[in-house]
Amino acid sequence: MDYFAQQLINGLVLGSIYGLIAIGYTMVYGIVGMINFAHGDIFMIGGFIALISFLILVSFGLTFVPLILLVVLLVSMAITALYGWTVERIAYRPLRHSFRLAPMLSAIGMSFVLMNYSQVAQGARVKPVPPIITGGYTLHEGADGFVVRLSNVQIVVVITTIVLLAIFTWLVSRTRLGRDMRACEQDQTMASLLGVDVDRTISMTFVIGAALASVAGMMYLLYYGLVDFFMGFVAGIKAFTAAVLGGIGSLPGAMLGGLLIGLIETMWSAYFSVEYKDVAAFSILIVVLIFMPTGLLGRPEVEKV
Amino acid sequence: MAKIAHAAAATAAKPGVDVGFIFKKALISALVALVLFSLMIGVRTEAGPEGQLIYWTRFGDLAGMVGAVFVGSIVVELLRRWWGPVDTPRLMPEGARKTLSVAGRAVAPILLIFTILVPVIFYDQRYILDLGILVLTYVMLGWGLNIVVGLAGLLDLGYVAFYAVGAYSYALLATNFGLSFWICLPLAGILAAFWGVLLGFPVLRLRGDYLAIVTLAFGEIIRLVIINWQSLTGGPNGISGIPRPTLFGIPLVAGENGLAAKLGIAFSPSQRLVFLFYLILALALLTNWATIRLRRLPIGRAWEALREDEVACRALGINTTTTKLTAFATGAMFGGFAGAFFATRQGFISPESFTFQESALVLAIVVLGGMGSQLGVALAALTLIGGFELFRGLDQFRMLVFGLSMVLLMVWRPRGLIGHRAPTVFLERNQAISSDLVKEGHG
Repeated sequence: MDYFAQQLINGLVLGSIYGLIAIGYTMVYGIVGMINFAHGDIFMIGGFIALISFLILVSFGLTFVPLILLVVLLVSMAITALYGWTVERIAYRPLRHSFRLAPMLSAIGMSFVLMNYSQVAQGARVKPVPPIITGGYTLHEGADGFVVRLSNVQIVVVITTIVLLAIFTWLVSRTRLGRDMRACEQDQTMASLLGVDVDRTISMTFVIGAALASVAGMMYLLYYGLVDFFMGFVAGIKAFTAAVLGGIGSLPGAMLGGLLIGLIETMWSAYFSVEYKDVAAFSILIVVLIFMPTGLLGRPEVEKV
Repeated sequence: MAKIAHAAAATAAKPGVDVGFIFKKALISALVALVLFSLMIGVRTEAGPEGQLIYWTRFGDLAGMVGAVFVGSIVVELLRRWWGPVDTPRLMPEGARKTLSVAGRAVAPILLIFTILVPVIFYDQRYILDLGILVLTYVMLGWGLNIVVGLAGLLDLGYVAFYAVGAYSYALLATNFGLSFWICLPLAGILAAFWGVLLGFPVLRLRGDYLAIVTLAFGEIIRLVIINWQSLTGGPNGISGIPRPTLFGIPLVAGENGLAAKLGIAFSPSQRLVFLFYLILALALLTNWATIRLRRLPIGRAWEALREDEVACRALGINTTTTKLTAFATGAMFGGFAGAFFATRQGFISPESFTFQESALVLAIVVLGGMGSQLGVALAALTLIGGFELFRGLDQFRMLVFGLSMVLLMVWRPRGLIGHRAPTVFLERNQAISSDLVKEGHG
């Protein structure tokens, strides 16, 4: 039971990271109707920028951890958001009315560009960082000596996710931008006729998605203590799986899907085999798409002629 | 008078270059680039001697990159103005067009004759023969994937899985049961096709981009299973000692039983390469021939129709699932053949050869070649693999340039650079039926 509780905590933390990435996929899919294949690599770039800004701040002699975290968070969100904007501007916007597969292929190309760009710029080796947030709480100590722990990093990850989700939900449901986004999702032509700047709204969608992914990248860095140029690929597919599982296009669904994928992956590693945890996640993707293409919270999609 | 002068000035200003605008645009691009590259390029991190991360700054590189973006932005903008809107039809003189079309028709036979002559011309140059075999392998993979992507319009991101199935089928059958290459080759194709059907049957109902992701996931699953199923596949260490192919049982070795001894000529290691070259050429031409024949059959017509409009196909009573499945399985089968050839050529295979990068490369060949054009795919394979070989020294920039060219290609000419294949049959023109024949106006 204790072992299960510990895995539950680990799974939820991992799931929050996946959920943050999944929101980017689901938002873009909802509005533009394409899979932003490069989104996983945006997450990786976010991790790198967090790492570099963290190193610089520490070398300047800053020691107050909450201040460092806040600055790193803001810097990496800002720069990564600009990456998201640039990717959309270069690779997707010119293809808005091209044939069906064009944006997907362009996105695959962009994913290669980002991946190899950071490999060239920062080297191929894994970058380790010493633990930034240490300590934690012992929740329960079993009779057999097994300790259920909740570390401070895990608390930070979960709280940051919750706060960001709250801000994000407010943004989508209460602001002008959110209304524009929902309008574009329903009917782009009609929205533009009613004075919504569709191009700008789509750009903002990519910016917000990238900012959330960069937070996920930073959380990944804090939680696992390493980044490398290849980490975006697998994390991206898993986050996409999460978005599909939750119902693509649905924002709460993306978060729910993220948590579920995190839990499934952790439980699979804990009770079956670590080697096959990625196989498990990918199999879920296939199974969900075959039997439940609309996901848990998604709307059925009707193809119009 | 003033009005006329004004109008003249306006017309004069129109074709002129708007310096202020271009400059402003370049400045903004440079600014964006500065922010983007500030940390990623301006600062380099590396694990230090004690495992702790250290960093140093590279402001020179950063300035260079930002400057390059500034200049590049100006150049691109000027080129765009000079070229005009993308959609403008460009008229060529009648004579030039005629010569070009004659030349276009001559390219394929000339290329084929040259390819057949390559081993004769470069008999002693191992490097060129090796490169030729590599290019032909990708031509074959490209033609195989072309059936799926180019003809049927199904985006398959996991084609390498079938390549892997073919390679491992041959490797395992040959090393465990001692079966010969010629028995394993069809088996490898059949097994790959079988896997294609197995995957395709449930997933082919999905829409285009979902299908792409599912095939990607499938490709990764196959690779992960190969890595982890150590008792069967040797895991990351791969399988070595895969037997070389024989010419109907006669091995191409130096010994007494070898082909050279039987023919009474001196043995040379090039002979095996020449044999492999013609083998893959034959396999590739088989793929090409099958594709061309299939395209004329009802099933091929159905593939092309499916690519153009799935809903219309369904309305016409085409069973879209079976049609897609045949395309998927046929493509997979040729992937399997290519895989078996790869295994026998290398003599050693490991999961590293079957990464997503490989799938993307084959896909890029098909897309660059113009999705559906046989000649286009062959030329694209030659260009891409040849290009990779030319820039072998710049290894780390290779994939960067590859990704960038994929993006630019999609933005600039999404229908492919080299060729474009329109449907084999289509209505020449829409006929307006006179209103006497139909009750409610136009039919």
